Amino acid sequence: MRPATGASPAPDAAGLGRARATGFLVPAMVLILVFLVVPAAWTIYLGVTNYRLTGLAAANPEIVGLDNYTQALGDERFRTSLLLTLQFVLGSAVIGQAGLGFAIAFALRDRRGPLRRLVEGFVLLSWILPSSVVAFLWIALLDRDAGTLNALLGIPGMAWLLDYPMLSIIIFNTWRGTAFSMMLYAAALENVPRSHLETARLAGASTWQQLRDVVFPRIRGHVLTNLLLISLWTFNDFAPFLITAGGPEQRSEILPVYVYKVALSGGELGFGAAISFIMLLINLVIALVYLRMLGRRKEPA
Amino acid sequence: MSAITMRELTKVYPNGVRALDALDLEIADGEFFALLGPSGCGKTTLLRTIAGLEVASGGSVHIGERNVTNLPPGKRDVAMVFQDYALFPHMTVQENIAYPLRIKKVDRRARADKAAETADELGLSALLQRRPGQLSGGQQQRVALARAMACHPQVFLLDEPLSNLDARLRLEARTFLKRLQRELGVTTVFVTHDQAEALALADRIAVMEGGRIRQVGTPTEVFRRPANTFVAGFIGSTPMNLVDARVDGDELVVGRARLPLPEDARGQVGGGERLVYGVRPEYLDYSPTPVPGALSGQVVVVENLGSVSLVSLDVPGDDAAEAPGDAGSTGDAGTTGAGGAAGDAGGRTSVQVVVAEGGEPTPGDTGWVVPRPGRSLLYRDGDLVTVAEAASVPAPRAGAGVQG
Repeated sequence: MRPATGASPAPDAAGLGRARATGFLVPAMVLILVFLVVPAAWTIYLGVTNYRLTGLAAANPEIVGLDNYTQALGDERFRTSLLLTLQFVLGSAVIGQAGLGFAIAFALRDRRGPLRRLVEGFVLLSWILPSSVVAFLWIALLDRDAGTLNALLGIPGMAWLLDYPMLSIIIFNTWRGTAFSMMLYAAALENVPRSHLETARLAGASTWQQLRDVVFPRIRGHVLTNLLLISLWTFNDFAPFLITAGGPEQRSEILPVYVYKVALSGGELGFGAAISFIMLLINLVIALVYLRMLGRRKEPA
Repeated sequence: MSAITMRELTKVYPNGVRALDALDLEIADGEFFALLGPSGCGKTTLLRTIAGLEVASGGSVHIGERNVTNLPPGKRDVAMVFQDYALFPHMTVQENIAYPLRIKKVDRRARADKAAETADELGLSALLQRRPGQLSGGQQQRVALARAMACHPQVFLLDEPLSNLDARLRLEARTFLKRLQRELGVTTVFVTHDQAEALALADRIAVMEGGRIRQVGTPTEVFRRPANTFVAGFIGSTPMNLVDARVDGDELVVGRARLPLPEDARGQVGGGERLVYGVRPEYLDYSPTPVPGALSGQVVVVENLGSVSLVSLDVPGDDAAEAPGDAGSTGDAGTTGAGGAAGDAGGRTSVQVVVAEGGEPTPGDTGWVVPRPGRSLLYRDGDLVTVAEAASVPAPRAGAGVQG
């Protein structure tokens, strides 16, 4: 069935042939290899050594096997950090960003005009600003002595970042990342036919019943994709370091911050690499769980 | 009792569009009622306002004795079948049918029984465990009807019930729907843009245009005696012939022919008055030989419609008449391209006639057409000239404002 006029006998659609197609691929592959695969492999290697930033172990690192891993799993500080990270992901990504994002998208679904543009504009603004700028704004907002929030509330001297460090970074990250979820859900809600919602309304369904029976079954795939992405992003997010630096007393020390402190401030590169690898595995598990749930969607019929 | 009564019902959208304009309408208990009109006439808005999906800007809606104007849709005891059926794709047929009962917290067992019973009435028993995606269009429609029936509402609302079906299925569904409505005896309002559908299904029809009702009546009334040229042009598979005419004594000068004045109009019109003469192609008899009291002209087009043919004649204009298009500026402003409305620039008028099989002329022949007695109408400024303002002509406000 191949057209007789085709000059190139290549079996691929573009007619490049294997050799030339490879030529196009090589530069990208090299970049991926050098900047992604090698560092990743290097991290795994580092994880089984006692490599340090300075000192004797920096010159002559020794293979220590799984010592770093056993040490990490036995470490109180690591376990606390893991727990804080889960809190952070659950609070700021799943409940905060996804919940708030959906709520805004649902509230604005039938609105057009200035109100919608205004809300979208503000939400997007927090999303496009650089982390460092946003972090500074939040420090200025929450500052104990000259902070905007205390001035607004009329309670000078309230030390938000010291008294509620986790709450502060959870709200910070929610504020910062809601735009993505909001836009994704706004697009998803366009796919829910009005007539389906109206059928439910005519049957007397409450808003919650409409969401449960009409909206969520329709946008399940969008919800899972959104949760997957924002969970992973939040899990690896380093921006809270710019606000609390993990403190006070490690009370907001989420894993990326912990790794940074151990590996770069503390100089224990080997130990840090081992924790990084554990984080990678946790990410993998999160991704697999979501993908499995996503796959189950197609099964009925 | 579940009659529907609308008083001064008005809907103005935020963008200023006046979709319903102080509309008065009564739909009797158990009636199968059609809202008919071209797109944008407000018929769907009216249906949605009865359902409560749109909030009226003014006026009131009563269902039975209850004023439902400000009730939310779920409290009005109405069920609606949407044009796209709106079946929930993740639920089985049974779950779909039972959905309104589930919302009303009927227990699982009773729900399943009711769904099975309703499905049985509509011939869906074998499909209860299927999902909507696995059904044909006709089956989906019946599931949607079953869902509407399951909770025994006082009123059914159907939005373009037949338009998503293919042509053959549509006829079947039409018969089915009419029988079902008769058996259930529930007040049913449906929206359609297809005049044939409205004529075939409805007990009464409201023809709408520009947010107003132009005529309410039985299919026979609306077909035989359209209250204005808009309805005349809209109803009927072939539009009514609307031809300029002049009163001369007891007779009517149409083109070069002199026809008797329609009975209704006797004593209602003055000599020399210019009017529009209307007669349906179905109510004209064609003759290949000269007959008295006939319009004559040259056959231009013959369209075969199966058992009959639609013949178009070019009828020469009235010599005494000046300025053609006189009627076009008054009555025909709202007609939807009604065939042969006003005279051409050349003073000729097109007249269409339905000819039974066997008697078709060929283009170029000269033919004579005679209106059947009692079937021709006169329109003054777009409104029917008649002895008594018939009951079927709805509100005093109906006619006048539309051209403006």
